[in-house]
Amino acid sequence: MSATPILQIEDLRISLPAGADRPYALEHLNLTVNAGEIVCLVGESGSGKSLAANAVMRLLPEPRVHVSAGRILLDGEDVCSRSEAEMRKLRGDRMAMIFQEPMTALNPQKTVGWQIDEVLRLHTDLDRKGRKARVLEILADVHIPDPASACNAYPHQISGGQRQRVMIAMALVMNPRLIIADEPTTALDVTTQKQILRLIKEMQAKHGTGILFITHDFGVVAEIADRIVVLRLGELVESGPADQILNRPQHPYTRALIAAVPALTPPPHKPLSDAPVVLRASNLRKSFAARGGLLSGRRNAVVAVKDLSFALRRGETLGVVGESGSGKTTVSRIVTRLLESDSGEVMIHDRDLIRASRADLRSLRKDIQMVFQDPMASLNPRKRVVDLIAQGPIVHGVPKAEAHARARELLELVELSPAAADRYPHEFSGGQRQRIGIARAIAMQPRVIVADEPVSALDVSVQAQVLRLLADLRDRLDLSLLFVTHDLRVAAQLCDRIIVMQKGEIVEAGPTAEVFAAPEHSYTQALLSSIPGRDWQPPQLSVA
Amino acid sequence: MPSILVYLLRRILQAVPVILLIMVGSFLLIQLAPGDAVDALVGDMGGADAAFVERMRQEYGLDQSVLVQLWRYLVKLAQFDFGWSYVYEQPVATVLMSRLWVTMLLMVGALSAAFVIGVALGTLAARRAYSLTDNVISTLGLIFYAMPSFLLALLMILVFSVKLGWLPVSGIKDIGAFHTGWRLWVDIARHLVMPVAALSLIYMAFYMRLMRTSVLEVMDLDFVRTAKAKGAGGRRLMFHHVMRNALMPVITLLGLQISTVLGGSVVIETIFALPGVGQLAYTSVIKRDLNTLMGIIFLASIIVLVVNIVTDMIYAWLDPRIELQ
Repeated sequence: MSATPILQIEDLRISLPAGADRPYALEHLNLTVNAGEIVCLVGESGSGKSLAANAVMRLLPEPRVHVSAGRILLDGEDVCSRSEAEMRKLRGDRMAMIFQEPMTALNPQKTVGWQIDEVLRLHTDLDRKGRKARVLEILADVHIPDPASACNAYPHQISGGQRQRVMIAMALVMNPRLIIADEPTTALDVTTQKQILRLIKEMQAKHGTGILFITHDFGVVAEIADRIVVLRLGELVESGPADQILNRPQHPYTRALIAAVPALTPPPHKPLSDAPVVLRASNLRKSFAARGGLLSGRRNAVVAVKDLSFALRRGETLGVVGESGSGKTTVSRIVTRLLESDSGEVMIHDRDLIRASRADLRSLRKDIQMVFQDPMASLNPRKRVVDLIAQGPIVHGVPKAEAHARARELLELVELSPAAADRYPHEFSGGQRQRIGIARAIAMQPRVIVADEPVSALDVSVQAQVLRLLADLRDRLDLSLLFVTHDLRVAAQLCDRIIVMQKGEIVEAGPTAEVFAAPEHSYTQALLSSIPGRDWQPPQLSVA
Repeated sequence: MPSILVYLLRRILQAVPVILLIMVGSFLLIQLAPGDAVDALVGDMGGADAAFVERMRQEYGLDQSVLVQLWRYLVKLAQFDFGWSYVYEQPVATVLMSRLWVTMLLMVGALSAAFVIGVALGTLAARRAYSLTDNVISTLGLIFYAMPSFLLALLMILVFSVKLGWLPVSGIKDIGAFHTGWRLWVDIARHLVMPVAALSLIYMAFYMRLMRTSVLEVMDLDFVRTAKAKGAGGRRLMFHHVMRNALMPVITLLGLQISTVLGGSVVIETIFALPGVGQLAYTSVIKRDLNTLMGIIFLASIIVLVVNIVTDMIYAWLDPRIELQ
């Protein structure tokens, strides 16, 4: 191999504006990407990993955030000393970037073809015909089914996976030396994620590109990394070959991170078959009217949930898993009657939630509470934590003083300090906010908690803590949990039984251990085989 | 049938009841005010005997009940007959047509000036956010935004016509100069500079403020970062990625404001003595010229509805995610 690496970052320091939580977003970062190598930059939110990527591209929001020390060498040449005009020539040509959310990363007003063509217009002298041919070629390369028609499509007209392929095509079209991929599969379904990861590897092997791959997901890391660099709060804690970091991590932080990755081993089977059923849903149906013109006559309904039945026993955790569009969120909203179902019934101790009158509904809702995905969006930012938690009980007639006292106790139960009571949601971290969301739900002393992706917005280490809290509360308060998630690792860790949904239907259901060990339906098999890093068994680590 | 035609047809059909409602409502509202055309006429004549007044009322059909008058009016309107103007001694349609072009020039001129300059200044202010340029532009915007157009008009007449003598005080052309060909158009343009400026400055300030905010917002979006990562920069980035996306709220506002611009032109035309529809509206109210007034209201409603349909179509053309339906 030739000597000069594609990317060398030496002792990089990025300064934050005065008044930030720390003076430097990144300090003493050293990193090398060689030709044909995938280097994973791993860290939780706030670790500075995305800033490192933007620093290489020189896309930092300067001058507020800027490189204040160190060097970034692309093919041995310093990037930091270049003018903006020189940088524009490099970007898109010799180094390219792939972003997390392909929907927002593509211009909604331009066609896919136009957006790829723009790279060629910027960096080549090809004429219109030559560019068109190249665009079609690269779209075929990334396995877009019908390149010619994809060219004329707008980003909103193609699927999420296709959009990410377009992003990759855009990054690859000039055969760059370096590709920086910033969480490129985080927003995608597992099966799509698997395809995209495979595509990235395939492209990298074909062109010998160096890839700096930024992610928080150790599953993904295990899937593709050659070498790994772990960041925490702007500091490099550990780096080395993938095998060494994944299986023999040295630094306590790396060890803690890896220990927090949910293993794909389901909990031991609990004898729940004789526990009483607390919630029974039968024959739920829901369809949404599709958009279509009044005169065009195309108003087909989209069926989100068709003929769905399940039972939830006391103390049980039932996982509802599936990809986006499978109808799992619709189910969670119907059983809490946040959404009216078309037909079917949801029985909670012999009363039907679906047909309950307004007054009955209010008393029934006490028994079934929700925990939402985004704790920032689901907590009123202008209310104190104690008011947020006590609100429900007060509505249901608990005297204010008593409700407040109880709210403070609940904070302790969810492992928050009682001092948190008088603060506002924005003063907390994501994990703490989700604890508040959980406290709010259990304040009503429900029998059932419906949790819709409650840990999806959280970092792995925080995710593990919140999952542990949920399991602990379930056991202590004898709660039943309906747990909606797209993350099979999380489902494996927490759920006693799971329902696998596809296109509004249950394709497979059963005890988690059995479904994971011997999936029967082809869709379940596809889902399970798509879990990133499924061949890597996180080592059993003792965390100090 | 192509979907765009279906869409247009439906929008036009929807507009019919709207127009009908406006016409009936306006007719009844005008009847609520005391006095009628004959009163105004007699007042101008300096009085007349009761028998003459009675005969005039019969001749004009004003002795009938309000509902009969309304019905007669609507039947004629359905045949696009706007009636006779007693003040101008001409059919209302003729009166309107002879004045419409002045108002159209004024409105189109004012709105295009406001839009083009507002969008350009707003973009400039956003690109140099929080700099001296931005502060100057934003402060000027605030001043124009806060200044009533009639005050601005009078100030401009004072400065540019009376003191400096650069521009004519009023009217649409030099009477007695009998310009023809391009000289006539230059003359008209000179007469329109101040009215257009007076009418447009407040809207320019609106669009400037809105465009500035919108551009700042769009510049933070992911796809702009993608474009930068592709190597795009400078004008290409601004035109193709930022401005086109940032225009959307400005266009919404433009469509909504068309009726207030029409209202503003009444004031401006009166101040600058422009022989346009706005000024006509003013005199028609004073002279109780019901037919002319109704004709103006009809015309104004049509203009507002057409502009709304056009803005919706521009909106859909700019943003492919929006489908016309």
